[in-house]
Amino acid sequence: MDDSYQLIIIGGGPAGLTAGMYAARSRLSTLLVERGLPGGQIVNAELVENYPGFPEGISGAELGSLMEQQARRYGLEIAMAEVEGVDVTGEQKTVRTGEGHYGATALIIAGGSEYSKLGVPGEDELRGRGVSYCATCDGAFFRDQTIAVIGGGNVALNDAIFLTRFASKVIVVHRRNELRATKILQERAFNQPKIEFLWDTVLKSIEGEGQVKLLRLQNVKTSVESSLEVSGVFIAVGLKPNTGYLGGVLALSPEGFIVVNEQMETGVPGVFAAGDIRCGSPQQISSAVGDGAVAAINAEKYISSIL
Amino acid sequence: MAEPQHVDDSSFNQVVIEAETPFLVDFWAPWCSPCRAIAPIVEELAGEYEGKIGFGKVNVDENPKSATEYGIRSIPTLLLFKDGKPMTQIVGLRSKADLKKHLDSTLN
Repeated sequence: MDDSYQLIIIGGGPAGLTAGMYAARSRLSTLLVERGLPGGQIVNAELVENYPGFPEGISGAELGSLMEQQARRYGLEIAMAEVEGVDVTGEQKTVRTGEGHYGATALIIAGGSEYSKLGVPGEDELRGRGVSYCATCDGAFFRDQTIAVIGGGNVALNDAIFLTRFASKVIVVHRRNELRATKILQERAFNQPKIEFLWDTVLKSIEGEGQVKLLRLQNVKTSVESSLEVSGVFIAVGLKPNTGYLGGVLALSPEGFIVVNEQMETGVPGVFAAGDIRCGSPQQISSAVGDGAVAAINAEKYISSIL
Repeated sequence: MAEPQHVDDSSFNQVVIEAETPFLVDFWAPWCSPCRAIAPIVEELAGEYEGKIGFGKVNVDENPKSATEYGIRSIPTLLLFKDGKPMTQIVGLRSKADLKKHLDSTLN
């Protein structure tokens, strides 16, 4: 074996970084494992307006970086590696990564979620050729063009509003006739002349030779099919938890989220979950931060109880 | 340790197309967070594959011609060239292990 810690945190988003900060301040030997950039999903957010303490809003990338700095300041160690599996059967837990194995007494799983794919024909084939999941990354490629956004939640409307900086027209395609997004975002979108809505409509397929050209759509109420010429389509239809490697190890909800109690405890002693990845999470930065604190406090209690 | 070299519109042909080894180009922009996430992975790979595969990065904001020529509409995109032709296109943030699979299969 491998390096051993008192606590390993999987995931470096707001939940994981908060847990890491608490653990480091409690002087637990702690390793946080992150596959990409610390900050998690929020690094793709142009502006975060609903996290307290930043009355003018703050860019997601900057907020993520500040959370990382704050956790590192107290000595949190961060490793860049992709987790491939965990072994939680014994008192000593093992985290297997592409860069090696790590052992720990307690584990906080805060691996978050990632964008869901729609699963329609053309989506994978035209990925990077007009199909995108990151408006802040790819918006600039669609200057003065007509594009579509699929979805009706906060991410979809934030994307649509951001994309009006570049696109001549943004058409939001939503399967229902009302939006799930926060009211203030709805007001902004309805008042933005470049944004149009197609209600009760689902995407059936994405077509184009080497580049996105056409969307095939269907009205879910009338079943009438239609097509829409666009050069890009941004898909924002929700998040799925990064729990692919946890099947059979922990109890998961039918959607794949980790089942926890209000103490962020999973069914396995010493294993906690926090943030978007846990069942029932409202998937907000502020809730993830709260989860991270709860999980770290309880992980510390667990570690001292078995010493 | 080898680092990916900065490639621009004017040097693209000479550096990438005429390279004697396979060559991986990382298309990126400063505003793109996943690009910043994949950059250190690409740097590590540049060290590990030194002499076997060339590594470069193209800022699409400053070099629109190269990005347009290869139909780049999403970043980060990694394009792996062999004998001057794009062989493999990898879009979005990937793990190091995943990228190594693509590189190794190009070499074999």
